[in-house]
Amino acid sequence: MLLRLEPRQFTSKRMQYASPLIAAVLTLIAGVILFSALGTDPVVALHTFFVRPLTSLYGVGEWALKATPLLLCAIGLSVGFRGNVWNIGAEGQLTMGAVCGSGVALAFWGDEGPWLLPLMLFVGVLGGMAWGAIPSMLKNRFNANEILTSLMLSYVAIQILGYLVHGPWRDPEGFNFPQTRIFGDDGILPVLLEGTRLHLGAVLAVICTIIVWIFMSRTFQGFKVSVAGQAPAAAAYAGYSRKKVILLSFLVSGGLAGLAGIVEIAGTINQLQPIISPGYGFAAIIVAFLGRLHPLGIFFASLLMSLMYLGGEQLQIHLNLPLAVTGVFQGLLLFFVLGSDVLVRYRIRLISQPKEA
Amino acid sequence: MDGSETAINIMVGTIRAGTPLVFAGLGELIAEKAGVLNLGVEGMMLVGAVTGFAVTVLTGNPYLGAVAAIGAGMLMSLIFGGLTQFLLTNQVATGLALTIFGVGLSAFVGLSYIGTPIQGLQPVAIPLLSQIPIVGPLLFNHDLLIYVSFALFAVVSWFMFKTRAGLILRAVGESHDAAHAIGYSVVKIRLLAIVFGGGMAGLAGGYLSLVYTPQWAENMTAGRGWIALALVVFATWRPARVLIGAYLFGGITILSLHVQAAGDAVTNAMSVFPEPIGRWLLVIINSSHLLATLPYLATVVVLALISRDATKIRLNAPASLGRPFHPGA
Repeated sequence: MLLRLEPRQFTSKRMQYASPLIAAVLTLIAGVILFSALGTDPVVALHTFFVRPLTSLYGVGEWALKATPLLLCAIGLSVGFRGNVWNIGAEGQLTMGAVCGSGVALAFWGDEGPWLLPLMLFVGVLGGMAWGAIPSMLKNRFNANEILTSLMLSYVAIQILGYLVHGPWRDPEGFNFPQTRIFGDDGILPVLLEGTRLHLGAVLAVICTIIVWIFMSRTFQGFKVSVAGQAPAAAAYAGYSRKKVILLSFLVSGGLAGLAGIVEIAGTINQLQPIISPGYGFAAIIVAFLGRLHPLGIFFASLLMSLMYLGGEQLQIHLNLPLAVTGVFQGLLLFFVLGSDVLVRYRIRLISQPKEA
Repeated sequence: MDGSETAINIMVGTIRAGTPLVFAGLGELIAEKAGVLNLGVEGMMLVGAVTGFAVTVLTGNPYLGAVAAIGAGMLMSLIFGGLTQFLLTNQVATGLALTIFGVGLSAFVGLSYIGTPIQGLQPVAIPLLSQIPIVGPLLFNHDLLIYVSFALFAVVSWFMFKTRAGLILRAVGESHDAAHAIGYSVVKIRLLAIVFGGGMAGLAGGYLSLVYTPQWAENMTAGRGWIALALVVFATWRPARVLIGAYLFGGITILSLHVQAAGDAVTNAMSVFPEPIGRWLLVIINSSHLLATLPYLATVVVLALISRDATKIRLNAPASLGRPFHPGA
């Protein structure tokens, strides 16, 4: 073995910033190889993927639009991940947020006022929180692995959405299409920028990011979460309740995912349909890690991930490549992010002598 | 006559529905016994499913497809193995990455195969044995992969508890430092376990696309990889319980299909329940969407019930599960 990993005495600050960049560069290289293998000119393809989406005002609006649910989900997940609580079910919490908030809009359909939108958002957050509370309670009360339960509940949530739009909530004037009525004007988030679809949700996402940032860096509760993740023994010794950390993590991440869901409906889609998210809740896991669980990092990571969704669409439109390229890129990016993190904690040494026992 | 035939059909369906979980569950069991938590089962299954399908379309031979599915799962698991064993990445995050990558890659590769019909694996009746009433159709009139799954169960149980290699595998999973100290190569043993788990996950996917529903559809595993992961916990890391659990979930899947087909009989049966409950049950039964939630809900409920005894889980789980190993670290 010629390469050897040597633990660093201290984690490398320089590498902490460099490793996401290394990962991004490696992803680009992998992209060049991938596109060449597909017989597409890699320069044209990468230009179409990363640059072309942003060449119009509308495109920039879409960029922020798609980053919104990613940012909301990822910033919530980062709280739990820091506390070593693994909520993998943001997709389900997003779905339940969308379902609950939309339920309000449908219940007051044709009978609404300016109070409707705040109520929808509130109920959406509650819906996400409630769905997130289930795995945390199962963990706290029954010791059930939260990764598995939160994920299973995502599948359940998506089926519930399917049941509602195919059944009781189907638009009575919708020619039997599986979708609800389109919300009235009072149930739709206002557009921020003329000529784009960018809506108020983006601002909400940024506000939430700042709140989480303050919570994690300036409050005692946030500190407890960090300690629970970095030094579980110390947290236990200090008497911090592990159960509270788990519940709090799930309420925060579930609530924010729920907000992402109802914002996506009230802002972008304006009705419920069987598929409301191209996997934002799962992609948010990548976003959280890519942003090194730091709010600012997550902000930029959500923009990068959003660009990947847009880039995938552009490739489909202009180069006739399948949309699934986005998923491949997302996976590769996360591999490279995780792989290059080794540089933070270890030094790679070339050794020439035979390896020791 | 009709009743017993239906019962046998349901049981045969149960075995078929449970078989992918047997493969994926036993594969993950071996990996976890070596101390490795690979959450990428779903991704490896999908890539196995699409590879097996594509190879079958190209060669016309589903047996080659099944072998290719194993190979694809192994390759996928090598990505995980390389990252977690050599670059010491977090196993939870790396497994998730593998699933996300597998979902994307399989969708990408499978695009041109959507709607392509294939001739899947056909049942191979075992002479004489398949003629035995009840037991014959139940156990001896299946496709080859089901026999393989029976054999796999026997081999895994024997390997784990009766061989020296199995003992070493478990030692590595319980205490990698101790195993390293007596001179076993922890990384090598773990890599082998990971690759075995990958191969079996790939085969589980292949079973879905070659036998269970011989076609390719995006995300066709529908969470079975995650159910397999949960199964290993339910089973408190014991092969026999993985097998039982797999058929239990197969049974739930099949029952929910049969309930819908049964129609009026079920509607009448629901009237024995007191008023609101009977009506709710009817709503569930009449919606394919709500019925589809049953395997997932069952997973959650059983997981909670089994995990309730924290000590039992702790005593049964491999002590080094999920912990990275670096000699001298």
